[in-house]
Amino acid sequence: MSSVIGPLLVIVRLTLLDALRRRILWVLLALTVVVVGLSGIGFERLVTIARDHGNSETEIQLGVSQMLIVVAFMFSFILAMTAAFIGAPAVSADIESGVLLAILARPIARSTFLVGRWLGLILVAAGYALASGLLEILAMKLASGYGPPDPLGAAGAIAVQASLVLTLTLLLSTRLPSIAGGAIAVVLFGMCWIAGVLGGLGVFFKADLLEQVASITRLIFPSDGLWRGAIFALEPQIVIAVASGSGRSDEQLAANPFYAATGLAPEYPLWIAAWFAIVLGLAIYSFRRREV
Amino acid sequence: MSVQSPARSSAPAIETHELSKRFGKTIALAGLSMRVEPGEVFGFLGPNGAGKTTSVKLLLGLTAATSGSGLVLGAPIGDRETRRRIGYLPELFRYQSWLRAREVLRLHADLARLPVQRRRAEVEAALETVGLADRANDPVGTFSKGMQQRLGLGAALLGSPDLVFLDEPTSALDPVGRTEVRQIIRAARDRGVTIFLNSHLLSEVELVCDHVAVVNRGRVVAGGTLDELLGEQAVVLRVGNLSAEARAGLAAFGNVETNPADPERITIRPIDPQRIPAVVAAIVLAGGLVHAVAQGRETLEERFLELLGAAPDPEGAVAAHRLTDDGGPR
Repeated sequence: MSSVIGPLLVIVRLTLLDALRRRILWVLLALTVVVVGLSGIGFERLVTIARDHGNSETEIQLGVSQMLIVVAFMFSFILAMTAAFIGAPAVSADIESGVLLAILARPIARSTFLVGRWLGLILVAAGYALASGLLEILAMKLASGYGPPDPLGAAGAIAVQASLVLTLTLLLSTRLPSIAGGAIAVVLFGMCWIAGVLGGLGVFFKADLLEQVASITRLIFPSDGLWRGAIFALEPQIVIAVASGSGRSDEQLAANPFYAATGLAPEYPLWIAAWFAIVLGLAIYSFRRREV
Repeated sequence: MSVQSPARSSAPAIETHELSKRFGKTIALAGLSMRVEPGEVFGFLGPNGAGKTTSVKLLLGLTAATSGSGLVLGAPIGDRETRRRIGYLPELFRYQSWLRAREVLRLHADLARLPVQRRRAEVEAALETVGLADRANDPVGTFSKGMQQRLGLGAALLGSPDLVFLDEPTSALDPVGRTEVRQIIRAARDRGVTIFLNSHLLSEVELVCDHVAVVNRGRVVAGGTLDELLGEQAVVLRVGNLSAEARAGLAAFGNVETNPADPERITIRPIDPQRIPAVVAAIVLAGGLVHAVAQGRETLEERFLELLGAAPDPEGAVAAHRLTDDGGPR
């Protein structure tokens, strides 16, 4: 096993060192502090103004939770782009520069290199997503007094979303130049989100085709399904109660891309785990056949 | 074509049979058969695009052969564990610019899975060997191309491998650096390391290699020891005032070659180098004026161009007697 674990850990460490030395982590942390700080101030001002205007605590809680979902959406998009940005050159840049020639001439399997690189990047992207997501939720809690019911579930879902994008870009990076791979992953992420929105509208308009497109998209690239899971984790029970008591049908509620009546289906995480295994397997298959 | 050095009792360091590689319709290597003995410096020569780098990548298992087979250090080509005993300096390479020189070597010591307790000492020894000890903590991004090449050489020699592939190891170095690299290569050979030297710098190859193979258009076109490849010894003289009769008399020492365009230049081959003073004495006795005497033979460059079907440079052909960059005779 040491012929696999040892080199694997060397590549993980190298990848983490790369993120540190090239200041990727520091830039992300600095941006997080700015975003969390500004949004915390914004939340605090909004809540203060709402209370001054005599809004009830229920209304304030509803408003805060909706604002948080909007911030989370922005956050998930930025994280997806960040994941694409750091994942796209993960293999292609090393092939182009010749760095890989010297590494692969050592007693290390290509699969070990690829999994090591993937683990290192996942630690960077998902770790950052988890930490910054929880920090944002904490800032909101401190500013408004209200917090979501499942902060870890929400930050976790967004972290897994970033990991999906990262894994896909890693696969593309075994064949495509960095810019092309990153662009494809970001566009795909956006298209899947749009497909999710259209799927909701499909439910409302009873358009089967749209519903099917959304369902297939959630299988091929499960980012939108995870986004729904993140929304549900951010919604206090009162939001669901208000929505169901509003007189709107389930179909009408499904058309709202910032609302989820239920969390992830129990089998969905299993599919996501399988998705990771399949895409990583494809990346290994592709990389093994790539001329360096 | 097979290139074989004289038979030895030990197993070859490299042995290939009709290795070939195609990239789509392009034939990069068309049936490479060769044998490299352990402990020798093997020069692999060829013009750009001849298939030299492809051959090295095949031997390292970095790319898969289209057909053929081979053994490296007794194991099938591409055997992962055997790579622990192999060092490699790629031709077109860059190390991570954000790593320090010491960290690059440590990375390769880790990847080569050298014994943990020896890794630090091996890294320091490699830094000393390639003259980078005083820049060990500098980021590679601040290094010149020549320094990066030294670092690559250090990485290739880490942990005293049994076989080292050097792909154009001196292409970015100045004359002093080239001399140092030659000394490093010779020292490694003296320790019993087999060196596979890929180069198109013929003078470099001629100065350090025991055996050579010339590859062109994906095939080995000639090979053997330098003596086998370059043929017999010769003497080149520049002589004035020599009668035609006296000139004809020099045939007693060997075949006399003259060039009508440069009548003062006389080449006698083959000749036993011990007889050169007698040649000079005969010319002087016949009233000739000896302006220059150079012992030598066909240069590798001349032979190389001959093999490739290209015309030799007439200026270069005069330089029969050469000194090494170290200052000593070759």
